[in-house]
Amino acid sequence: MGTEMVTVYVDGQPVCVGELESAASAALGAGLDYTRTSPVTGERRAPYCMMGVCFECLMTIDGVPSRQACMVRVRPGMRIERQLGARVLA
Amino acid sequence: MNTACDFLVIGAGPAGMAAAATAARLGVTTLLIDDQPEPGGQIYRAAERRSENASGVSGADWLRGAALAAEFRASGAGYLPGNRVWQLEKGGRVCVTDGAKASRINARRVLLATGAMERPVPLPGWTLPGVMTVGAAQIRYKISKWTPQEGAWIAGSGPLLWLYAAQALEAGGTIAGILDTTPGANYLYALKHVAGALRNLHYIQRGLELQQRIRAAGIPVFRSVSAIEAKGDHRITAVRYLIRGQWHEKPAAMLLLHHGVVPNTHAAMSISAAHRYDDLQRCFAPVVDVWGNTSVKDYAVAGDCAGIVGAEASAIQGRLAALEASRLLGAISELQRDEQATPLRRSLLEHLPARPFLDRLFTPGETLLLPDDDVLVCRCESVTARQIRDAVALGCSGPSQTKVFTRCGMGLCQGRMCGLAVAEIVARARGASVCEIGVFNVRPPLMPLSMGELASLPVDDCFY
Repeated sequence: MGTEMVTVYVDGQPVCVGELESAASAALGAGLDYTRTSPVTGERRAPYCMMGVCFECLMTIDGVPSRQACMVRVRPGMRIERQLGARVLA
Repeated sequence: MNTACDFLVIGAGPAGMAAAATAARLGVTTLLIDDQPEPGGQIYRAAERRSENASGVSGADWLRGAALAAEFRASGAGYLPGNRVWQLEKGGRVCVTDGAKASRINARRVLLATGAMERPVPLPGWTLPGVMTVGAAQIRYKISKWTPQEGAWIAGSGPLLWLYAAQALEAGGTIAGILDTTPGANYLYALKHVAGALRNLHYIQRGLELQQRIRAAGIPVFRSVSAIEAKGDHRITAVRYLIRGQWHEKPAAMLLLHHGVVPNTHAAMSISAAHRYDDLQRCFAPVVDVWGNTSVKDYAVAGDCAGIVGAEASAIQGRLAALEASRLLGAISELQRDEQATPLRRSLLEHLPARPFLDRLFTPGETLLLPDDDVLVCRCESVTARQIRDAVALGCSGPSQTKVFTRCGMGLCQGRMCGLAVAEIVARARGASVCEIGVFNVRPPLMPLSMGELASLPVDDCFY
């Protein structure tokens, strides 16, 4: 595709991904087996639709909780973190 | 900051790009807003990046997408990528956010080109990590060249399933097997619509060719699957499937589900546009005239969000809607509109006659549309089919009341994922048709919005 690579941090680990990727695809590509736990049941969940519909991919991105990781394109140095349960209100 | 334009197009897929380019070329001040960073929508996602190297099973699609994007970029239409709509108001006022700041666009005419989404079909284990949709896997392929590896199963029905399987194999992926849930009787029912299919033989040939590629690769295909389950504690480890009354189980590392696509009606429903229930596609779609005008003044729809027609017909519908907008805005006369529409309507005939055949062939089976009691229907709030049926037994008359009783549909996805399933379940439990039962009311904000974003709207806007 002739695209550049960027380095992002998935749960603190540096990963090199293509510039067209979303935070969700970067997290899955880095081998994160789940990306959040349900605030209702605590079950593990992972991105399901990858196009902004299902809201299963909520993660903390650059310190901001409950971002739809599939709708956020990676940027160099982006911090992508698993979100456990409900977001904490600042 | 507020923006004004004559024609606002929402969604940069085939319909939106074609509409914006057509109107801008006719001299209409046009703005295209889209939630992605680049034009293309889902079907033509990243098409601009692929056009130089467009060969293989999807080569022609990439080229079509890239050509549309190039036409749009050269048209002079304004473009607001990376923005999401959270409220549609009367008189063409549209509230958007870029994720940090909200703003309002004042348009004289709005076209919703919000596309399609995969039909969510709740089944046991569909919330386990390792289970995602075929569309999701295809998006991963488009943005990162990711392909499935050992232990990946594909299950469901519909053209996208076969297209994706062929794409994945071509790109070096591995598929353990395909579980085809198309009910055997569908082939018989679809025959009634075969005349239309024969007029658009290219769709049928394409489908057969894709299946041939998959067979040639030696991928096992199991037909007449009537139920599917994902098994595992924290992640999928096995897939179970039912064929003619007999359950089978196979180890699985991943399960990709696809049960056809349905119109993304969230935006159109939020303005209370009249909708109809499509019995063949088993979904709701806005009621429109031949130009895509909805029942709501100043709002039109085009492409798959108005009823599934596919990418090429969507682009044509976008152009027709743009001609009508240009006429209403005074850029062209009625005669000019009709003259320019004539060849477009003719080219629609290369795509639309096959639809009833395809729709009937891929109508999902009853067993899949009516999940068992223990199946989680609402992923956000973890509500089961039993809880919904219990609510109906307590007297809930429709989805919106069920939502109040159970929280089903009250989570962040706002019922996008469970809406159709809830309608099917409630309809069956009450002995009514889905059309009578209807779906959840859709209210703004159409997506979650922080108080900070909301407060960033200019103050004078709050007192219009």
